[in-house]
Amino acid sequence: MPEIFGIPTSALFGQLLIGLINGSFYALLSLGLAVIFGLLNIINFTHGAQYMMGAFCAYLLVNKLGLGYWWSLAIAPLAVGITGVVIERTMLKQLYKLDHLYGLLLTFGLALIIEGLFRNEYGSSGQPYPMPQELTGGRNLGFMFLPTYRAWVIVASAAVCLGTWFVIEKTRLGAYLRAATENPQLVQAFGINVPRMITLTYGFGVALAAFAGVMAAPIYQVSPQMGSSLIIVVFAVVVIGGMGSIMGSILTGFGLGVIEGLTKVFYPEASNTVIFIIMAIVLMFKPAGLFGREK
Amino acid sequence: MTHQKWVFALMVAFFAAAPLVVYPVFLMKVMCFALFACAFNLLIGFGGLLSFGHAMFFGSASYLAAHAAKVWGLTPELAILFGTGGAAALGIATGLLAIRRQGIYFAMITLALAQMMFFFYLQAPFTGGEDGIQAVPRGRLFGLIDLSNVWAMYATVLVVFLGGFLLIYRAVYSPFGQVLKAIRENEARAISLGYDTTRYKLMAYVLSATLAGLAGATKSLVFQLASLTDVHWSMSGEVVLMTLVGGLGTVFGPVIGAAVIVTMANYLAQLGAWVTVVQGVIFVICVLTFRRGIVGEIANLIKKPL
Repeated sequence: MPEIFGIPTSALFGQLLIGLINGSFYALLSLGLAVIFGLLNIINFTHGAQYMMGAFCAYLLVNKLGLGYWWSLAIAPLAVGITGVVIERTMLKQLYKLDHLYGLLLTFGLALIIEGLFRNEYGSSGQPYPMPQELTGGRNLGFMFLPTYRAWVIVASAAVCLGTWFVIEKTRLGAYLRAATENPQLVQAFGINVPRMITLTYGFGVALAAFAGVMAAPIYQVSPQMGSSLIIVVFAVVVIGGMGSIMGSILTGFGLGVIEGLTKVFYPEASNTVIFIIMAIVLMFKPAGLFGREK
Repeated sequence: MTHQKWVFALMVAFFAAAPLVVYPVFLMKVMCFALFACAFNLLIGFGGLLSFGHAMFFGSASYLAAHAAKVWGLTPELAILFGTGGAAALGIATGLLAIRRQGIYFAMITLALAQMMFFFYLQAPFTGGEDGIQAVPRGRLFGLIDLSNVWAMYATVLVVFLGGFLLIYRAVYSPFGQVLKAIRENEARAISLGYDTTRYKLMAYVLSATLAGLAGATKSLVFQLASLTDVHWSMSGEVVLMTLVGGLGTVFGPVIGAAVIVTMANYLAQLGAWVTVVQGVIFVICVLTFRRGIVGEIANLIKKPL
């Protein structure tokens, strides 16, 4: 068996693949956080719970209505996105004039409520979710075995991330969004409905989280706690990248996933903590984050 | 100022008399968490820094004190001192990183650092993993007073709590506390007045970490247990909730808040995950309609700071 640095290549590439998968989720979630933060100035602590809701939505669709993966991929982001819109309209809206920390506290409270409710209903153990039939199996690439579903997750997340980047950076709608991020009053004075834009942005960010949740359902088990530990890692990813740039969030997400995967190969004891350690190092040398702007 | 002395006297009288009617272990739990919340409040209420990782100080001190008492056989006061010192050292290390950013970034960084400590304690051999450090001996205070006696333990916790509380009170109303408030209100202005704001923030952070550690170390002797619960992020959330309910930036608020949340957790314990839901609902209600908290509302009513 071929080896690199005394590690069998199949193990190395296997962990790299897992790293890329985790990186896809980091990228999707930190992208959603960055988009929401840009316009609302709120760090959405509920993001992890909304990712979990996306996964549970897929689980319920297949078990109660018999609707499969592809349906879930469309319905779950929409449904969870709508709950996000309701949250923004009824609660977050009241906080924009206050210290940003209240937004963090409110969304933390909401995360506790959502997670607690799901834990009451479904217990703490994970529920399996069937892999879509079209994406089962895999192919042998010679140096490693590539399961089709995992390849799909990486390609699909990258596509969604790049699509979001394109809309925000290259279209007229995105130009409005970026302008409103810089100066909402001025944009409103030009006759653009900024409050509605804020609502829809929050809904979109939440929908991204739910989309990530559906993608994760066949790989990880669907459980009420799946979001809470992930969101803390994503916070670290966001601190490392800085929230100033959309592409920065995407690249940092994928990059850190790969680094985490490599750590599992070379020094597994540190695989849980490596992202936090990188965060500490980045804070020492570039406190605003790799792609962030000093204010 | 004098009315705060009366309220303080009332609080001392309450904690001195209450064990006659209320289960003492429960009161000791309230006092440990009250000190923890007061320490946390020093940072957010007076320094304007929201830490979402204070469980790392509480939990680290808890583990270190438990280890010192059980494995090394140190006397309780030395075990508590060791745990508190450990929390202070951790405060310096994490503080130097965290105060480089403000606002929500500060909250995210402290949360991430605390999660790193959580994984460290999960894997470190001396913590006993999921089991934690159990059956920690309470030992003899100064080698003389046997703390397995519940009244001796109670008196010790009361002294620790009141000592910590007075230290925070003193710090808040000292020139140091006033500079801290100035930084909270307008950091640029404080810098222009010639204050080294980074140093002040770091001092507040380390003091807060140290006292949170004192609370955690004491708690591990009271319950004779140090476990992963103490370093988990939900513990960081709980102390935020206690302070929020009692009143951010009030002197007595965190004590009331701790009493409310600990009592609630006690009554709702058999309901399992509903405790989390109720805590979340309280968070939402506090943020949306009750931002001053219990003591803050009372202070607003009588137009005097409490």
